[in-house]
Formats: sequence, structure tokens, C-alpha cells
Amino acid sequence: MIATRARALALLEQMFLIRRLEEKCAEVYSAGKIRGFLHLYIGEEAVAVGAMAALDAADNVVATYREHGHALARGLTPTAVMAEMYGKATGCSRGRGGSMHLFSTPHRFFGGHAIVGGGLPVAVGLALADSMLGREGVTACFFGDGAVDEGEFHESLNLAALWRLPVLFVCENNLYAMGTALERHESVTDLCVKPRAYGIPAENVDGMDLFAVEAATAHAVSEVRRHRSPFFLEAKTYRFRAHSMYDAEAYRSREEVAEWAQKHDPIDLAVAELTRRGLIDGAEPAAIDLRVRAAVERACEEADAAPLEPVGDLLRDVLAPEVG
Amino acid sequence: MTQMNMVQAINDALRIAMRKDERVVVMGEDVGKVGGVFRVTSGLYDEFGDARVVDTPLSEGGIIGAAVGMALYGMIPVPEIQFSDFIWPAYDQIVSEVAKYRYRSGGEYTSKMVIRTPVGGGIRGGHYHSQHPEAQFIHVAGLKVVCPSNPYDAKGMLLASIADPDPVLFFEPKRVYRAAKGDVPEGEYTVPLESAAVVREGRHVTVIAYGAMLYEALDAAQKAAEQGIEAEVVDLRTLWPVDIETIIASVKRTGRLIIVHEAPKTCGFGSELVSLVCEKAFYHLEAPPVRVTGYDTPFPYTLEMEYLPLSHRILPAILDTARAV
Repeated sequence: MIATRARALALLEQMFLIRRLEEKCAEVYSAGKIRGFLHLYIGEEAVAVGAMAALDAADNVVATYREHGHALARGLTPTAVMAEMYGKATGCSRGRGGSMHLFSTPHRFFGGHAIVGGGLPVAVGLALADSMLGREGVTACFFGDGAVDEGEFHESLNLAALWRLPVLFVCENNLYAMGTALERHESVTDLCVKPRAYGIPAENVDGMDLFAVEAATAHAVSEVRRHRSPFFLEAKTYRFRAHSMYDAEAYRSREEVAEWAQKHDPIDLAVAELTRRGLIDGAEPAAIDLRVRAAVERACEEADAAPLEPVGDLLRDVLAPEVG
Repeated sequence: MTQMNMVQAINDALRIAMRKDERVVVMGEDVGKVGGVFRVTSGLYDEFGDARVVDTPLSEGGIIGAAVGMALYGMIPVPEIQFSDFIWPAYDQIVSEVAKYRYRSGGEYTSKMVIRTPVGGGIRGGHYHSQHPEAQFIHVAGLKVVCPSNPYDAKGMLLASIADPDPVLFFEPKRVYRAAKGDVPEGEYTVPLESAAVVREGRHVTVIAYGAMLYEALDAAQKAAEQGIEAEVVDLRTLWPVDIETIIASVKRTGRLIIVHEAPKTCGFGSELVSLVCEKAFYHLEAPPVRVTGYDTPFPYTLEMEYLPLSHRILPAILDTARAV
């Protein structure tokens, strides 16, 4: 449980940081400073922040193409993330990846994965290696409800269960696979049924509730550590923004989005809960907001000033550099 | 005649084919209610309903596999893979099922379908929204591979593909989806598959291109003409089976050959074209064939305009090849 005030405030700050950094991303994307396709996590912040809070530094994280929030919650700096968005050499992937390909070895952050479902087998492999090497770590693998449609999902769950691998599968069910609603892309919409078919224990949690996510993940991770076997956590969440910057959202109503944003905003909910518990006073959220806005502005300024990858590097890193 | 861009022309072809033959079914990720990420299937869901414009889960292998089954019953599925970069989960189905059904059943069955997918870079799409994977499919016997460069060909070749008895991979060069505009006849017409088009005549050097790079080749040819070099530009249109007669006839006139494609050079389609020309017109060549292509790298994030074989890289190849002795 998030017992201390300092810890609660730190997590709230991460949520604010993700929100403000992504709002900034949308702004500079329109100005042409970010290329590629940009998928915003706004609305889902409590999932990454709550889940990451329950992981240790020695654990592995595999994320999706909507992974800015995961990277920031895992501790990558806004500067490293924003520079990567800009494709600058100072980015966390040296400007090679962009929005969908954030990596960081010190954070054991094994990437954004731009192919839906592509990260799941990778997570299985990391856990298999941990198991073979006698490491204690857990691999947390994030993916959306759309990935449940892919064959790799089922192959990965079967392997993880069969080989008893320490994988925490975190399904961020935001109710839409790109533009197709859950009941239009899943035969059985209770996603927890699927891992259970492979013998993997599964629970779901309100993904808009930071504290519920943190508690559920802490329990799930402890189960993975205790049994050295997989666990499936479904976080029920909602994406407030379009799938990508080119999505006119013909598949859902404005009213539906507005209702989620008004009633279930994870930041509002966290502030209300912290206030109720007496862990925060009225002025603190605004102060946090100001602080992260300043950090985001700095990140953008640094990204703007940083150099692009030089043209001479076009062929670099295709294969290992020649030695000697 | 109506002015259309490629998106509109392909949409028009799908609508005509669906109105004409109720066996034609469009399927794919967000092709229905959303109308496709590039809006190519826009409006079809409203006209034909969800039984013929099927929003599928994110299951590329499942989409193509299901299309195989539909095709075995004589339906004509036109599945869309949202970006060609997402086609790999379906590669097994395409290689092992789609391409080989006719052969391995001794002609008892076919899995005729038209797989539409946007290809190519130059839209700031990054690693996995930019690739141009024709060579991996041309190598698989049993598939036809088409890549039109303009609205007229796109409509006529899509209708020809839907009418064709064999499975067709229909590559749509997304960089020119809206940029390439032109007059398109109303109603049904076809552009025969397996026919390349000489889109600019010239006597000094033959330049082969297709898809979005055709426009780069034409631009380079125009600039070369200003320096007295007349390049003949051939738009392949259908990549496989390739119209080798048109290529050979041109090479026999010019004696010099340049091939342009976005995909990496090594084992790219250009390698096969050079081999074919050497086999069939070796003694007509007056200079070594040249490939102007993407580099042997993954598709880059920021350096895509350096990676792509744009006009400024094609022009020196034209001049050098034309002047080589």
C-alpha cells in the first residue's frame, strides 16, 4: 500500500508529468517536430504509474507503442524521452527510435514495441533467461486489449505457463483495439478467462484508480515472485485521446469520452483520494503541476537544441562495429 | 473522367467490384466504421454493411487465414493489412497457404484473393510504418505482386486484380496516396496486369521504377534532359510476373540500365531485374547496370530522406551511366 505522504506525492507527480509531457507532444507534433505516429497515453496514467510502483529496479519492463507513460514511470527522464521523440541524438535510443521505440538499459526498459503483440514473446524470453540464469527478477509485460487478438498473445501465455516463467502480464484494457470496440473484436470480453485457460491466475482492477492498481500489482508481483510463475492482471482503463494523431474517432461518441474524462480522470481521482486521506493539502496539486510543466518545457528546449543524428551515421548499428 | 487521387481511385474500384459481385468482401483492421487508417475503404461500410466490410480483430494471420477459407468457397476476399510493416504475422499464411494452394492441391483449390497494403517511406512514419517489402513476396512462387503509381492504374489494376484467378498482393505507395492525382474514367475498366508502361521515352539510358519512386525517376530524367541526356523511364506497375519484354526492348534501344527501388539493395528486386537483363540482353549492354536503392539498413527514423533513392541520387546515376564508355 502507498502508506507515506512522500511516496503518494511522488506517484501523483509522475501522473502529472505523463499528462503534461504528452499534451506537449501533441502540440509539437502538430508543429512537425515529432515524426512517426504518436499514440498518447492520456487517461491511462494510473496503470503505468501504479504498476511500476510495485516493481523493483532489478525487474524487466516490456511495453507497447503507447509507452511514454511507462518510460517516465520507470524513471526515464522527460529530457531523454522528449529528445527521443524529436529524433535527437541525446534521446534514450539515441534518436534512432522515436515515440514507439523508447529503450533504456539502466532502467531495464526493453522497449516500446510498435507491432501489436510483438512484445509478449520478448517478455517470455526475458523471464526464461532469468529463470535459466537463476536471477530473481520479474518481467512485467504491458499490452492492450487489441494484443489479445494476436496469435503471439496465446503462444506467449502458453509458454509462460508451461515453463512456469516469472512474467507479470499487464493487459491495459482501454476498450478499443485502435478503432474497434472490445465487443466487436473479442469473442469473450472477460479477458481474464483467457489466461485462466492456460492455467495462469488472473485478476482485474480499476485502472483509473492509482491506489487500486498499485495494490493489485503489488499482490500480483508477490505471487509471481513466490511461485516463479506467471500472473495476469487486467487493468480496466480508458484512452481520453484518439488512437493516434490521425484518428477522427468515428467509432465512439464525444459524450462517451467526455463522461470518462469527467468522472474517471485518474489524476482527479488520485487527488481526491489523497485529500480524503489527509495526505495532501489544497495547494499541492497546483504546485506539482507547475513543477512538471517547467520540466516539460526544459525537456523541449533541450530537445530543440540537441543535434539530429548525423547523416554519416545512417549505416551505423546495422551490425556490430568492426573490432580492432 | 473525374479528377481523383489514389485513395479515391482505389475506393472507387472497391465500390465497383462490390456492387458488381457480391462475392467480393473487404476485411481488415478498422476498415469498416473507421473507413481504414488512410480512409481507402471510406463509405463502404455504410453502403454494403458489416457482412461485406468486416472489421476484424488485430489478427493479421487470422485475417489472411480466414480469407483463404473464404476463397476456397469461391468468395473473393480483399483483405487489407493496415501497413505492410504489419504483414509478417500473416507471412506464414501467405507463403504456406495463399501462394501454394493451387499447386499443392493439383489445381483442385485456389486461394485467390487481393491483399491490399500500403507500402513505402517518405511520410515520416518511422521504422514500422515505412517499409517496402516486395522482394520477400516476389520470391514466393504463386503470388502476383502489383504496385501502381497513379490513380488511373490503381483503379484499373485493382479491378484487374480482383478479376484475376490468382492471389495478388496489391501494394499501395502511401507517399503518393493523395499527392498523385489524375483523370480516372467513371465505371469499370481494367489495366492489364503484367504490362509495364514506358512513361517517358529516351535513347540514352533506361530507368526502371515503380510506386512512389517513379516520380523521383521522372524528376531526375527531366533534370538529365536539361544536360542533354535522354532517359527512358519505365513504370513497372506489376512487379511479378514482370513485363520483361518491355524492359528488354528498352534496354536494347539504350544499352544502359538503372533500377530504382526503396527497399534495401541486397537481394532487392533490382537484383533479379539485373539478372534477367543480363540473361536476355547481355550483349546489348554498354555499361554496367546500376541500382539506386534504399541502403542495407532497417528503415530509419530521422534520416529517411537520406535513405530513400530520391531524384538527387538518381540523377548522377543517369549521367554517369549514360556517359560511361
